[in-house]
Amino acid sequence: MAGTVGTVSCDVACPAYRVQDLHFRYRTAANRTDWVLDGPTFEVKRGEMLGIVGPNGSGKSSLLKLLSKVLEPQQGSIDLFGRNLRRLSQNQAARTVALVPQESQQIFPFTVAETVLMGRYPHHREARWVAGFGWETDEDLAVAEQAMESADVAHLANRSATDLSGGERQRCVIARALAQEPQVLLLDEPTAFLDLQHQIEICAIVRRLNEERGLTVVLVSHDLNLAGQHCDRIVMLKEGRLFRLGTPDEVMRADILRAVYGCEVLVDRHPESGLPRITLPGRMGQKERMGHKEHKTDG
Amino acid sequence: MSTITDQRSLATKTGRLTAQPGTAGSSVRPGTTPAAGSVLTAKRWLSVMLGLSAAALMLLLACLQFGTQWIGAGQLIELLARLVRAGGTDAEAIGTTGVILFQVRLPRVLLSFLVGGSLASVGVVLQALLRNPLADPYVLGVSSGAALGVSLAILLGVGTTVLALSALPLCGFAGGLLSLVVVYRMAASYGRLPVHSLLLAGVILNAIFSAVIMFVTSIMDPNRSAGMMTWLMGNLSAPSYSALAIMTAYLMVGVFILFKQARVLNLLTLGEESARSLGVETERVKRLLYVVSALITGAVVSVSGMIGFVGMVIPHAVRLVLGVDHRILLPASALVGGMFLLVADTTARTLLSPAEIPVGIVTALAGGPFFIYLLVWRKDRFS
Repeated sequence: MAGTVGTVSCDVACPAYRVQDLHFRYRTAANRTDWVLDGPTFEVKRGEMLGIVGPNGSGKSSLLKLLSKVLEPQQGSIDLFGRNLRRLSQNQAARTVALVPQESQQIFPFTVAETVLMGRYPHHREARWVAGFGWETDEDLAVAEQAMESADVAHLANRSATDLSGGERQRCVIARALAQEPQVLLLDEPTAFLDLQHQIEICAIVRRLNEERGLTVVLVSHDLNLAGQHCDRIVMLKEGRLFRLGTPDEVMRADILRAVYGCEVLVDRHPESGLPRITLPGRMGQKERMGHKEHKTDG
Repeated sequence: MSTITDQRSLATKTGRLTAQPGTAGSSVRPGTTPAAGSVLTAKRWLSVMLGLSAAALMLLLACLQFGTQWIGAGQLIELLARLVRAGGTDAEAIGTTGVILFQVRLPRVLLSFLVGGSLASVGVVLQALLRNPLADPYVLGVSSGAALGVSLAILLGVGTTVLALSALPLCGFAGGLLSLVVVYRMAASYGRLPVHSLLLAGVILNAIFSAVIMFVTSIMDPNRSAGMMTWLMGNLSAPSYSALAIMTAYLMVGVFILFKQARVLNLLTLGEESARSLGVETERVKRLLYVVSALITGAVVSVSGMIGFVGMVIPHAVRLVLGVDHRILLPASALVGGMFLLVADTTARTLLSPAEIPVGIVTALAGGPFFIYLLVWRKDRFS
């Protein structure tokens, strides 16, 4: 939808995101000197699939919220397609970036179709006398319909979003994000709490969107293997700082993981894709290492 | 728009997308997109609103007949005709019955409708803002905060001045806003308040404000404190037409501002972060909605005292029938809330006629058990 009035657009050269020296902390934090994000600087290329990984509390989710303008940084800047995110209105940002949050619990039983149509909100035009009521246009309905097809929830359109399974709910939120007609899709732990089949399903949908529509995807995940298999590049965060940025081959190395997570893991190759695969140490391995440690301290 | 080439047949999907009973919009026209089956359309909105407005008008006329003196439909029309001919509520032209009808009963009936509609609207808004279906200005202590403001104003004599028309609602607003700030702070620090914490906050606020109101009443002179007590229990009395006109204008503006945010309210129920990511300036909108809610509650309390449960029961009932989209829920709740209080007040002034029961007692007796039912038997839906 490039070229639409109000959509963020610029010359082809600029990247999807340019993040510079980003500093952020929560206002309510007891210790005010601790930055949640302490100066990461990186770029997200157009059409790429970027994974953000790191230990708990490394600032992954906060970074994603900053990228979607849900939070504002205290220092540093984020450029979205060459325009400073701070200067964009919430609405303008929402026409370009869509966020799929980690948990989206609904209180009131909106139907799936109603939920997906909420994604059309940033595109609404202020009509005069019924201003706020903002009826959906035929275009809104068509886009929402398409979004539901893409996320495979069209058959659930009339179901209440409160009684969906975990996988269905996640797909419903992805459909809502697609209804925003974004150029960038941000996903926070898209496969958390899902069983294997649903994990594969969600990954397939996101990949398809990335490959067929050229949607730029940034996803945060705990699951290093998920990030390693599906992402073009990976940002490794440690304590709010950018520790390493590169292809899965460059980032998913035993020495880097040891430095970031402080533990030993096994890195080999995925039998299908040949990309790095991470395995947690098994029982034998653990014993060996513990013995090794004891031996060391004895000496 | 970049289209994806998803070749699955739309036609087969359409078959499965016919609206189910109970979901919004049970009229799927062939040829529209399947999604249209379950979303609100302007046409459906209009028909619901027209239907409810007609029902409200009928009910209003019906309730005008009740009272200490029964005024039949025929007499009602005759008096109306006389009123039009006389061009005013002149006692000579319309007779004693006419005076009862037009100077006592009609303004009171209109006021009860207005108050009920406003309370129900505020209830809907608070439920969406706090993401909690049990929120209500009475339960949260907003009404008692407003009542405290008003009673302090009466004690200090602000109410006896010419400014009474504007000063009392403003004092009510200040008190109501105080309660909302406390509730909002609590909600903000928890992200989303669990149902029971929210109720507890309301109980405590209510206890504190009631204690101060009792104190204020106890140091007033006995004649005035008796009137205070009646007012506190929730009491509607016939206002003058000028007072009614001001109140109508004031409340209509407030409620209209709430209506304009209906679509935003839908998004706010998803949670603040989701709403922001979908393009809502949440801070600005929330501030606006809280302030307008407090303004409306303050004004309502200043004329009618503490009328409970309208703001909670009505949105629930309307949601069950018309769905959760605030674009229809909010105006429909306003109309149904108006009708509910109309009936409650007619009951209150007719049941023990010529004596009157405070209408707050009627709504509490009707709404309280419903509240307990929701809390005990439907807790699965919002714990």
